[in-house]
Amino acid sequence: MNLLESNIRHLVRFTLNGAQVEGYAEPRLLLTDFLRHELGATGTHVGCEHGVCGACTILLDGRAVRSCLMLAVQVEGAAIETIEGLAQEDGGFSPLQQAFHENFALQCGYCTPGILMSMTEYLRDNPNPTKKEVRVALSGNLCRCTGYHEIVNAILDAAKALREEDGASS
Amino acid sequence: MPEQVQPPNKHVGRRTLRRENLALLTGKGEFVDDLPVKPGTLHAAILRSPHPHAEIVSIDCSALKMSGVHAVVTGKDLAERTDPMLVGFQNPIDYYGMATDRVRYMGEPVAAVAATNRYLAEDAVEAIKVEYRPLAAVVDPLQALAPDAPLLHPRADSNCVSTRHFIHGAPEEAFAQADHGATLTIRYPRNSITPMETYAVVAEAVAETGGFDVLSNFQGPFSLHSVMTRALRVRSNALRLRSPKNSGGSFGSKLTIFPYIVVLCVLAGKAKRPVKWIEDRLEHLSAASSAANRVTKIEAAYTEAGKITVLRLTHWDDNGAYLRAPMPAPLYRMHGVSTNGYDIRNLEVTNHVVVTNKCPSGAVRGFGGPQLYFAVERMMQKVASELGMDPLELVRRNLIRPEQFPYQAIAGALLDSGNYQRVIEEASAAGDLDRLKQRKQAALQAGKLYGVGYAACVEPSQSNMGYISTLKTGDERRRAGPKDGAVASVTVSVDATGSVNVVGDSVPQGQGHQTVLAQVVADQLGLAPDDIAVALDTDTAKDGWSLAAGNYSNRFSPASVSAAHLAAERVRKKMADIAATMLNAPAEDLRFENGKILAAHNPDNAVPFYRVGGLAHWSPSSLPEGMDPGIRETAMWSAPELTPTSAKDEINTSLAYGFGFDFCGVEIDPATGVVRIDQYATAHDCGTILNPGMAEGQIRGSWASGIGATFYEEFAYGEDGSFLSGTFADYLVPSACEVPEFQLVHPTPTPSPYTRLGAKGIAEGNQYTTPACIANAVADALGFEDVLLPLAPAKVLAWLQSSERPPAEGTAPAKAEEGKPRIGGSGEVQVSATPESVWDILLDPQQMAKIIPGCDRLEAVGDNRFRGDVMLGVGPIKGLFEVRLDLTDLDKPRSAKLVGSAAGPLGSSSGAGVFNLKPMEGFATLVEYSYSIQLSGKVAAVGGRLLHGAARQLIERFMAALARQAGGDAAAEVHSTWRALGRRLLALLGGAR
Repeated sequence: MNLLESNIRHLVRFTLNGAQVEGYAEPRLLLTDFLRHELGATGTHVGCEHGVCGACTILLDGRAVRSCLMLAVQVEGAAIETIEGLAQEDGGFSPLQQAFHENFALQCGYCTPGILMSMTEYLRDNPNPTKKEVRVALSGNLCRCTGYHEIVNAILDAAKALREEDGASS
Repeated sequence: MPEQVQPPNKHVGRRTLRRENLALLTGKGEFVDDLPVKPGTLHAAILRSPHPHAEIVSIDCSALKMSGVHAVVTGKDLAERTDPMLVGFQNPIDYYGMATDRVRYMGEPVAAVAATNRYLAEDAVEAIKVEYRPLAAVVDPLQALAPDAPLLHPRADSNCVSTRHFIHGAPEEAFAQADHGATLTIRYPRNSITPMETYAVVAEAVAETGGFDVLSNFQGPFSLHSVMTRALRVRSNALRLRSPKNSGGSFGSKLTIFPYIVVLCVLAGKAKRPVKWIEDRLEHLSAASSAANRVTKIEAAYTEAGKITVLRLTHWDDNGAYLRAPMPAPLYRMHGVSTNGYDIRNLEVTNHVVVTNKCPSGAVRGFGGPQLYFAVERMMQKVASELGMDPLELVRRNLIRPEQFPYQAIAGALLDSGNYQRVIEEASAAGDLDRLKQRKQAALQAGKLYGVGYAACVEPSQSNMGYISTLKTGDERRRAGPKDGAVASVTVSVDATGSVNVVGDSVPQGQGHQTVLAQVVADQLGLAPDDIAVALDTDTAKDGWSLAAGNYSNRFSPASVSAAHLAAERVRKKMADIAATMLNAPAEDLRFENGKILAAHNPDNAVPFYRVGGLAHWSPSSLPEGMDPGIRETAMWSAPELTPTSAKDEINTSLAYGFGFDFCGVEIDPATGVVRIDQYATAHDCGTILNPGMAEGQIRGSWASGIGATFYEEFAYGEDGSFLSGTFADYLVPSACEVPEFQLVHPTPTPSPYTRLGAKGIAEGNQYTTPACIANAVADALGFEDVLLPLAPAKVLAWLQSSERPPAEGTAPAKAEEGKPRIGGSGEVQVSATPESVWDILLDPQQMAKIIPGCDRLEAVGDNRFRGDVMLGVGPIKGLFEVRLDLTDLDKPRSAKLVGSAAGPLGSSSGAGVFNLKPMEGFATLVEYSYSIQLSGKVAAVGGRLLHGAARQLIERFMAALARQAGGDAAAEVHSTWRALGRRLLALLGGAR
């Protein structure tokens, strides 16, 4: 493993939502702080900084991870996806975003980026989940405003819309 | 929640989708920490007390000369540069937001550092050395009143800092004449609703005013603005408070940011640069805000027919270490509705405001209601059970009847409207109460533990700003002058091209206020909601605001909506007057529709809305005689029903009162104590529904936090005052799997006559009903009275296994809290050396330094006394501790006692261990050891879960090192009792290798 010297900023390069980005980070800089304050990608939120609440969830090479439990220097060369990359090319909502909008599935919206990223991965692997399965999949993301009911409905609606989209394109 | 059918030009009542979502769903929200700061802005970190109660002997900041550190403040700076923060009555507590001479709870700020980034600031905080002299702590509100209890505030003569006694009606006589009486003692725990976004403040000193400019996620009420300016010794207009567009939830907790704003202003003043502080989660859980835990003794008298004639409530409200305004408001906010929705005409209330060594209390959704109604509703269940009556029948017999509205409750609440019986009928039908009763019968016949519970609540909305004065005596109130009302402010303006802007003081925390205000104003002006721009980020230098501004106590629907309606009505009237001259039609005959202003009797006679707006800007000379140019109306709205406290201490605490009713069935697993909700229904009458999508979201959100309070959430403290729930793995918050489905019933609404659209608040109902409803069901299932939240399975199991006990007497000390952070254990190790050699190692600092994990150097500081610096890590946290060790009870070479302590930025610990050295064959020694360690500070707060394992590992490493050091035997084996236990457990589970 490559040992990095502390107290020195090191070059970190990766792709963020498909675009090449780079910046400098001390070895101890958290990935959340790097995304938010070095790169200005403030859509990813910090809720607990100990990996429980899920607000900071991002996709790292396609898998959902807690960005508060990673160091910026660990993502060198990786492909990262965040909430800023979810919308469609024309800026319109993706099916998941649209379903959240129509179902009143967010209030303060602070936990929402983590939920959207967790569910982006989940629905890709599980296109036709039951309500109960959605609740289990969602249990790694805390929300204090909604009581989850509308979030679960939104995810089920999004799954349906994505299946229809898939059916239409294949 | 169903959408009411609306005419095409009416938007209030529609399920209009939230405009807030467009930014929030795409990562473009604007929370404090998302906004750019000025170049040169510094970042703050706060040093916090590891002790629940201690004198500060010294604070040594000499190590802070490091690069990047710009300023530090301690309590001394606060005491010099600020005045204590005021609360609503004379009291013996000096509170500066930072400890001055003493710390009084774990997590209390002791110093704050500003550095060029947060990481450096955290480093700097760890370099500050504080010497404490620990004092005994008290965490139980009743124990705090004992004559020998540690006194928190030296100027006080007791830890009870306020007592008020209220008589309404003739309670004494009612008790004397009663057929029956019942007494119940309730202990309501500490909890909060811990928003996902923590506190955030950016403060800057402003040279030209001598004041400060602050951006924060403070929620209001802005009555606290003057508390801050008084503390900072600046004119009110020299503290500019701003809040951003978005806030990540609050649920009351973001009220008590204000002490941090004062601290950050002082720090920014000293640093001469803007300073930003983002609270971390441990800080939030340990030191931000908590509902006051409360002991309530409730007594009731009732007739044979089940009519309750009198209530006597004695509250001991545990506010933690300090009072922060508006505390102890929760006791008084609910005073007017102490009798809930029941027609009870005699009442006696005694309020004790108690301080203990815990986080100072603050606002939590429901603000005093959960504690009060838990007591009242548990009493309803008890009375029914003693009368052998169906609890719902008892509730019905005592509820205020529809023809009694508006109804003045005996303590002063003017209940505006309602039909409580109809809500119960509709809820019972839609929620299928009959089926629930059948399920109970079937479950009982099958030998299951099954109970049914009910709870009703009157849900207050829009607080009377005068209610806190009820805390004062009538004489004190007369001297201070009247306090009443609750001013809401909304400005509606129309610009030169006819675009409408709305600015308001509701400081939303995520509810969707922008969307609703757009609906309200659109209806008035005949526009579509999308045509209306709404800005609710606040700025005290520019906005219309008054002291009631903010987001709390169900304020928005009655207050902000009424103000918006009034302001839009004034705009409409002015525009109608202008249009009347353009259309040659009387102003009162004009309609506003689809972007036009038209004559009702001749719709073709119309003028576009934008042209009328434009005229007011482009051609003031064309306006009717005497009319001011431009169109901008600010409504400052307050309801006349919000009157001051009467001479007889009656207070109409809120403006509009909704009604909620819940029932449920629970089944309890006799093997585990797990309480499962089998069926649950909740109904809320909150008057006019403004947006059903959002109204339902408020109910469902409140329900989830009601489930949290009932089953999971508690700020746990050890008996010694240690804070034990510093992570979301310790302070448990319900996830999607823990929040069950329930039946949401929509009863016929009874609009409020006192709010402009008839709307009442809806956000708090399930904070009141859910915990009480489920507790009543558990009491029913178990025949057990002293139901204590949260309903952890182990607790329920213990009740299940105990026979019913009489309730604890009101003044008896409460049971000691569980979960004291003490770690202990024992083990043994074989060492290939004689007891004498082992003995020599244990008494030699140089050899000991080699075997203590993480220790570089140990020095003798006296006979058999040592000190050294040790790097210790527990799970994810690691820190440098100053270790002191004393060897006592020396019995060479057989046994010794080791007494030690470790102190560092992560907390402190003290402990003791005993060694027995037993000679074995072949110059070997069996070292038997046992130890007991007590922890406080961060290390205690973030996880008893981790500590047992970590302590065991450290001691095993120490023993292994001792064995190596003594005998050079790398293969020395440590047998700890846990490892043996673990092996047995694995074998049991079939996993032994």
